[in-house]
Amino acid sequence: MTTHYLVLSTLLFAIGGIGVLVRRNAIVVFMCVELMLNACNLAFVTFARQHGNIDGQVIAFFVMIVAAAEVVIGLAIIVTIFRTRRSASVDDASLLKY
Amino acid sequence: MEPVEILSHTGGGVISVAWLMIALPLIGAAILLIGGRATNKWGHFLAVLMSVAAFVVAALAFFQLIGLDPAQRRQSVHLWDFIPGVADIGLLIDPLSIAFCLLITFVGSLIHIYSIGYMSHDPDRRRFFAYLNLFVAAMLLLVLADNYVALFIGWEGVGLASYLLIGFWQYKPSAAVAAKKAFVVNRVGDFGLLVAMFIIFAQFGSLQFAEVFPAAGEASQGVSTAIGLLLLLGACGKSAQLPLQSWLLDAMEGPTPVSALIHAATMVTAGVYLVVRSGSAFFPEGSTAGLVVTIVGVATLLAGAIIGTAKDDIKKGLAGSTMSQIGYMMLAAGIGPAGYAFAIAHLISHGFFKADLFLGAGSVMHAMNDEVDMRRYGGLRKVLPITFVTFFIGYLAIIGFPLLSGYFTKDGIIESVMHHNAILGWLAVVGAGITGFYMTRMVVMTFFGPKRWDEKAHPHESPAVMTWPLIILSVFSIGLGAYLILSNRLMVFLAPAVGRPEELPHFAPFAVTGLATLALVAVGAGLAIVKYGRAEVPVVQPRGSFLTVFARRDLYGDALNEALFMRPGQWLTRFAVFFDNRGIDGVVNGLAAGVGGSSGRLRKIQTGYVRSYALSIFVGAAVLAGAWFVVGTL
Repeated sequence: MTTHYLVLSTLLFAIGGIGVLVRRNAIVVFMCVELMLNACNLAFVTFARQHGNIDGQVIAFFVMIVAAAEVVIGLAIIVTIFRTRRSASVDDASLLKY
Repeated sequence: MEPVEILSHTGGGVISVAWLMIALPLIGAAILLIGGRATNKWGHFLAVLMSVAAFVVAALAFFQLIGLDPAQRRQSVHLWDFIPGVADIGLLIDPLSIAFCLLITFVGSLIHIYSIGYMSHDPDRRRFFAYLNLFVAAMLLLVLADNYVALFIGWEGVGLASYLLIGFWQYKPSAAVAAKKAFVVNRVGDFGLLVAMFIIFAQFGSLQFAEVFPAAGEASQGVSTAIGLLLLLGACGKSAQLPLQSWLLDAMEGPTPVSALIHAATMVTAGVYLVVRSGSAFFPEGSTAGLVVTIVGVATLLAGAIIGTAKDDIKKGLAGSTMSQIGYMMLAAGIGPAGYAFAIAHLISHGFFKADLFLGAGSVMHAMNDEVDMRRYGGLRKVLPITFVTFFIGYLAIIGFPLLSGYFTKDGIIESVMHHNAILGWLAVVGAGITGFYMTRMVVMTFFGPKRWDEKAHPHESPAVMTWPLIILSVFSIGLGAYLILSNRLMVFLAPAVGRPEELPHFAPFAVTGLATLALVAVGAGLAIVKYGRAEVPVVQPRGSFLTVFARRDLYGDALNEALFMRPGQWLTRFAVFFDNRGIDGVVNGLAAGVGGSSGRLRKIQTGYVRSYALSIFVGAAVLAGAWFVVGTL
């Protein structure tokens, strides 16, 4: 049983990771990051069930809380950038470099 | 007879305030330097007053000293702690130091007075007097110190004052260079004195005369000789003895009173003072160090005399003669207690007649628009009668004309050296003969013969403020030698400080050596009269024979210094600069360039694209996970 959940979790994480690397739209990148976080949550919960304790579930809650806070800040930044630049592409926001 | 013990001074009197001698001129110098232009009007009078006041203190201390029992005539006055147990600041009042004080302050005061007239047209006269006062203070500290540290402070002060005064007209490049040269050459001598002090401290654990001198016999022969030779090196630097003589001739770039005060009457005698002061401890009779002192003295007295024969610049001729006369003093100081009194007697009488000659030369220059070339003089005795008479008396004194100062003191030296070592004695006699030649040449070229003046020259006698010091100095040049030497007055007076031979010498006028000396002097003078009095003196310097050029170029002393020290020194600095630029800087700069270049390339990774950062994070995480996996399976 555990294996199936972990395979699903890995697949979701890989999809999220590839999305972060290849997509330009900041919103989509953001959603991919959420996907990766949730893939991790799935793995935590799976292991919690396997070991019969609730440590993994507790961690999953923490991840959700942090993700929620991150979404608030991240979306605010994305919206602000969009307002000033009329663009949500992460490649356009590349001024901070050498 | 050994010198007596140094006692600490307990009684009152002038001796306990002897520090005033140093303090007064020092205050004068400070007021003149700090006061600046505000003191321009009366500054020179203040300086003269301070110098005369120092003389009064010295004279009073002298009278208090001769009132004491001879066994108590070495008194050390403690002023304040400096380096406890090693060297405190204190003054040693004994016959030797008092004799020097009287000479320095008396001749110094006369030269101060003379300078009022000589420097009257100079806008910087106040600064000049400040330096003169500074010099007097430093020289007095040098001779009054009761330990080597305080002596060294005075020693350096004298060097500083001399530097400032030689370079007084520093807008003239030649004066600036001469001042630097004097300073550098003196540093070589100071190096010797310093190392001697280090060895003395290592050996005796103290630098106080009162501790070192009585213990000197305990040191091993080698240590004692090393100290003596290093002290001699210091003395050579200050007294312009071979091989450190080169600065004195160039030092004539300073105003003439400076040449009179520093480079004839006082400063250059510091070396003789050092040798005589340390004599009983480090230059005992028959020691190697003493022998070297006599050899240096003889070599210098001949070298100075030979240089003097070819110089056309009146001051440089006198500078050569100064070297030569100080060579005589060194020679006498090297032979031990038998010679000390003669060295000091010659030093004192030389202080007077050489100051007389230099100030006379200054008076001539003053009259001739600062012309120094004797080929441009001639026939000046009629227009400068007072200068002529005083200069002539100085001239008679220096060549040792019977019954004048130099006759007694120089004869005393030659006589005592003859007893010690006949070869050195005869060389000294030859030196006296050459002295007769070059001094006669100087007098003949300056005061006799036809006029060879520049058209613009209108010579006139100097004002009274300049002639009176000349007259006083020439009076002393007549009688002082006889007073000091006859019935061994100076020897008995100095005995508590420097010791004396058991048997007092008996002055024998017209002994064989005395007659030989006189004959040689007469031959030298006659030659000079024939060559420069009878024959015409060309206004333009002739090329001269090989020997003349040799003497004119200071026996190639400068060329030798240049070849031996200056050129290799320049090569060394050039190599050091090259090594620093290319070697050390190369490594440092190369390293910096390497770091800078590679970081310039590395920072290109910072593209600003979020996705490339994300990729590097993923790759990094993958590598870490992989590494953990590999390590975990091991």
